[in-house]
Amino acid sequence: MSGMNAEVKEVLAKPIFRNNPIALQILGICSALAVTSNLKVTIVMCLALTSVTAFSNLFVSMIRNYIPNSIRMIAQMVVIASLVIVVDQILRAYAYEISKQLSVFVGLIITNCIVMGRAEAYAMKNPPMMSFLDGIGNGLGYSAMLLSVGFIRELFGSGSLFGFEILPLVTNGGWYQSNGLLLLPPSAFFVIGMLIWALRTWKKDQVEAAEFKLAPNSKKEAI
Amino acid sequence: MEHYISLLVRAVFVENMALSFFLGMCTFLAISKKIQTAIGLGVAVTVVLAITIPVNNLLYRYVLADGALSWAGMPNVDLSFLGLISYIGVIAAIVQILEMFLDKYVPSLYNALGVFLPLIAVNCAIMGAALFMVERDYNFGESVVYGIGAGLGWALAITALAGIREKLKYSDVPGGLRGLGITFITAGLMALGFMSFSGVQL
Repeated sequence: MSGMNAEVKEVLAKPIFRNNPIALQILGICSALAVTSNLKVTIVMCLALTSVTAFSNLFVSMIRNYIPNSIRMIAQMVVIASLVIVVDQILRAYAYEISKQLSVFVGLIITNCIVMGRAEAYAMKNPPMMSFLDGIGNGLGYSAMLLSVGFIRELFGSGSLFGFEILPLVTNGGWYQSNGLLLLPPSAFFVIGMLIWALRTWKKDQVEAAEFKLAPNSKKEAI
Repeated sequence: MEHYISLLVRAVFVENMALSFFLGMCTFLAISKKIQTAIGLGVAVTVVLAITIPVNNLLYRYVLADGALSWAGMPNVDLSFLGLISYIGVIAAIVQILEMFLDKYVPSLYNALGVFLPLIAVNCAIMGAALFMVERDYNFGESVVYGIGAGLGWALAITALAGIREKLKYSDVPGGLRGLGITFITAGLMALGFMSFSGVQL
């Protein structure tokens, strides 16, 4: 039983730091950039993606022995698209404002490579329960990255978290001059780049090998 | 005519798929090491967008939209909740057909694009453009222009990034930032550059 628990823990925790879908596998980046300027929207997106990944893994794994190899992509995609439609309809019914802000990005969960990638790489080969946990683990890895980006962008960009003021802004009589750059979409690139840098400084084995080695400087006269 | 030209310019520069909406990012960052492959992928995306957007437009306007089935005698049917699954189905099917067609009739192009075509079915730029087309309610002519423009814009962005990355590999980047990290920051700078188009009104 303890072996089972260790495996569960491994499947759940590994994608968060050691094999993060965004920082290492280059999967699911589109939405990471566009929905992180406001934590409330970010958290809804994370929940939506985690549940879609978990359930698509579960269902794909349940039917994995009945899917002919040649049409497996289409079969997986039908499962994923149906789940996304369910999520989209739920959001429209219970969180209409947020679903408006997310606009096309809920629909784009279908083409989010994390969902498809995990279905193909894990759920096609493993039993349903473990696949479900793998989906949750990868969803959490994605969420960890997205929430840290959203945290930095909202805190320093508008001085608030979840819409509550944390750093009083100059415009409201406080002391914090907000950094407007962080509210612009390109700042997400910089924040993710820096987070990857931090992660790889901590976990040295993730550093990519250099493609081209610079020759040491041979001229001395400039000194 | 002026309307279409303005739409085209807007789709290529102002509302660039990759650098303003960040769609198709996974392939944008993963397959931009060489200019040659980047151009191949850009052409493939443009072709697929130019075909799938108009087809999805017809599907939306004559089958899925609220009241669209009135030509079949069913004016009260609203199938728009089936949108997501139909668009992705159309995209996957067209990519498959295009692959078989190219394999049979244009083998040289098939060899050049071959490896990228299956990837394109799950490229969010294609799906995103289809959803934007529905959200903005384009008519058929506009959707053709928009499909081509969005594809050209994406191809332009990935080719430019590949050009920068080819030079970048000769520079001394700090260890942890090497590869993906510096690519993110480069793409961010490019996106800032593209924001200068955002005030352009045609």
